[in-house]
Amino acid sequence: MRKGCLLLGMIFLVWMVGAGGAGAADEALKVGFIYVSPVGDAGWSYAHEQARLAVEALEGVRTAFVEDVREGPDSERVMRNMARKGYDLIFATSYGYMDSMLKVAGEFPDTVFMHCSGYKLAPNMGNYFGRIYQARYLSGMAAGAMTRGGQIGYVAAFPIPEVIRGINAFTIGVRAVNPKATVRVVWTKTWYDPATEKEAAKSLLDVGCDVIAQHQDSPGPQEAAQERGAYSVGYNTDMSAFAPRAHLTAAVWNWAPFYLEVVESVRNGTWKSTAAWPGMEKGIVGLAPFGPMVPESVKTRIEQEKARLINGETRVFAGPIKDQQGNLKIAAGETASDEALLGMTWLVEGVVGTTE
Amino acid sequence: MTAELLLPLLAAAVQTGTPILYATLGEILTERAGVLNLGVEGIMMVGALAAYVTALATGHAGLGFAAGAGCGALLAAVHAQVCVGFRGNQVVSGLALTILGTGLANYLGTPYIGQSIPGFQRTALPLLDQIPILGPVFFRQDPLVYLSYLAPVFVWVALKRTTWGLNLRAAGEAPEAVTAAGLSFARLRWSAVVLGGLLMGCGGAYLSLAYTHLWSTGLVAGRGWIAVALVIFAFWHPGRAVLGAYLFGGVMAFQFRLQALGTHLPSSLLLMLPYLLTIFVLVAASVRRRGQAPPAALGVNHEPPD
Repeated sequence: MRKGCLLLGMIFLVWMVGAGGAGAADEALKVGFIYVSPVGDAGWSYAHEQARLAVEALEGVRTAFVEDVREGPDSERVMRNMARKGYDLIFATSYGYMDSMLKVAGEFPDTVFMHCSGYKLAPNMGNYFGRIYQARYLSGMAAGAMTRGGQIGYVAAFPIPEVIRGINAFTIGVRAVNPKATVRVVWTKTWYDPATEKEAAKSLLDVGCDVIAQHQDSPGPQEAAQERGAYSVGYNTDMSAFAPRAHLTAAVWNWAPFYLEVVESVRNGTWKSTAAWPGMEKGIVGLAPFGPMVPESVKTRIEQEKARLINGETRVFAGPIKDQQGNLKIAAGETASDEALLGMTWLVEGVVGTTE
Repeated sequence: MTAELLLPLLAAAVQTGTPILYATLGEILTERAGVLNLGVEGIMMVGALAAYVTALATGHAGLGFAAGAGCGALLAAVHAQVCVGFRGNQVVSGLALTILGTGLANYLGTPYIGQSIPGFQRTALPLLDQIPILGPVFFRQDPLVYLSYLAPVFVWVALKRTTWGLNLRAAGEAPEAVTAAGLSFARLRWSAVVLGGLLMGCGGAYLSLAYTHLWSTGLVAGRGWIAVALVIFAFWHPGRAVLGAYLFGGVMAFQFRLQALGTHLPSSLLLMLPYLLTIFVLVAASVRRRGQAPPAALGVNHEPPD
C-alpha cells in the first residue's frame, strides 16, 4: 500500500514537472548547453558558461546547461531529453558529441543543433569553432619577447590538427619577435590531468625552457612555471589567478558575441546550417590581460599586430613557412587555406618534437 | 644525459614515486594480514578530496593531510567490515570500494574544480641539502616527501619488531594459529586494513596538497592500481616498495624528459613505458624464490570456531 502511494506520488510529480515545462515553452526561446567537463572556475567549459550567462540575460530567452556529460551514449540521452522537453536550440561543446548530435538532429527536425569543433552538418545542425590560433600567435609573440634563453616549452594535448595548428601559430609568433628561439613540445595525451601536465611542464623546465605554454585545461603547467621562476602562457580563460608571477597572458575564448548572434538568428528565423569559423575580428578569441612583467613596448607591438590581424592586413599562416625539415610548405605570398589549416599534421620550423 | 639533467630527473622520480609509495605501503600492511584491498584507487581519490577540501576550508595544509589520512582509514573500515566482519568476498568488496570512492570523490568534488590552495611547498632541509647528489635529490622536496621517508621504516618496525606485527603476520599466514593462541583474529585484520587505508589516504592527499595544489576529477589517474602491482614487485616487503615506487616514478618522469629533449621516438610509445614496466614487473615477480611468496592466507576469510 505504501509503495503504491509512493508510486502515485512520483507519477504526479513527474506530470507536474512535465506540464510546467510544456507550458513555459510557448513564450520563451529555450536554449540548452551541454558541457564535457564540470564548469569550475576556469577553462574550456567555464568559457562557454560565461557565454551562456550572456544569453540568459537576453529578454525572452531561457537557458539551461548540463555539465560533465560524457561523449557517447550519455550525451545522446541528454540531447534527446533536451529536444523532447521543447528546447529550440542546443549547443554541444565537445568534439566527441558530433555523431550523437547528428543522430538526434535527425529525430528532431524542428530543433536547431549547434556542434562545437566538429565538421558534420545537417539541415538543422550547424558546426562552429573559433580561430584561436590567431590568439596563440599573439601569445607566442609575448613568449618570444620574454624568453631569456630562447627556449620555450609547450605542453601539448593530443597530436590532432587543432593542437598542431596551435603549436605552429604559437611558434610563428615566437619567431616573429625572436627568430632564433625554439619551441619544445611534450605530449601528455590528456585534456585535463593536472598532475601529469605539471610533470610534463617540469620536464621542459629541466631541459632549459624558461616560458611554458599549454593546450590542456588544467593550471598544472602554470603552477610548475611559477614554482621555478619561469613565465607561462595560459589557454581557454585567464589563468593568472593560478600563477600571478608567471602568467604573461593567455589565448582566451569569448563565445558570447557568437552565441548571441546564433540565438538572435534562430529567434528571427534567419538561421542557416553552416560551418562557422569566426576569428579575432568577431571578438570570439582574444588575449587575457598582460601580466605586470610584460613591458609596454612588447604590449604595443602585440596590440599593433592584433589590429593588423583584425583588419586583414596580415595572416598568421602567410608564406614563406617551412616545416621542421626545412621544406617549404607555404610559399612566399601565399596563405594557408582553411582546408589546409583544418587538416594540418606537420610542425613548422623552430619546433622541437614529433607529431607521432 | 648530463648530470645537470640527471639530478632533477632523480628528484622528480622521488616526487612522482611518493604518492605510489604511501599507497603501496598501505597495501602491504593490509595484505600481510591476509586481506586483499583492491579499493586503493577509490581510497586515494577520497583521501585527495578530503585533504583538499579541508585545506581549502581551514587554510592549514597539515589539517588537510590529517583529514585525507582519516577519510582513507574510514573508507578502508568499510572494507574491513565487509571482509572481516561479514566475511564477504574481498575482491568484490575492493572493486566496489574503488567504484564508490572514485564516484563519490568526483561527485562531491565538482564545486572545487578550478580552485587553487597553497598546500605544501618545497622546503629544503638545512645542512642535509648540501650533501652532494643526495641533497638535491632527496632533501630539496616538500614536507610530505620527508614524511614518506619515515613511512617504510615505521611499517617495517611495526611488522617485524612488535608483537602486534607478529600476530598480524600470523593472521595473514595461519589464521587457525591466531585463533588457537587465543588472539582476536578479527581485531588484527581490522587494524591492518584501517591503518593500510590511512596510508593510502596519505597517498591521495599528497596528490592534491603537494604534487599539484588542485582538485580535479580523476586526479589519482590509475596510481592506486600501480600500487597494487608494486606490492607484488616488492614481495610484500616495505623496503622493496621504496625501490619499486621510485623506479616507477623515475620512468614516468623520464619519458617526459626524453620528449622534452627532442627525441624522435613516438610519444605514444614513451607514454606507455610506465605501464609496460608494470606488466614486466608482474611477469618478473611471478618467478619467485623462497621468502618471496604472498601471505599464505591472503584473500582467505577465516571462520573462527564457535
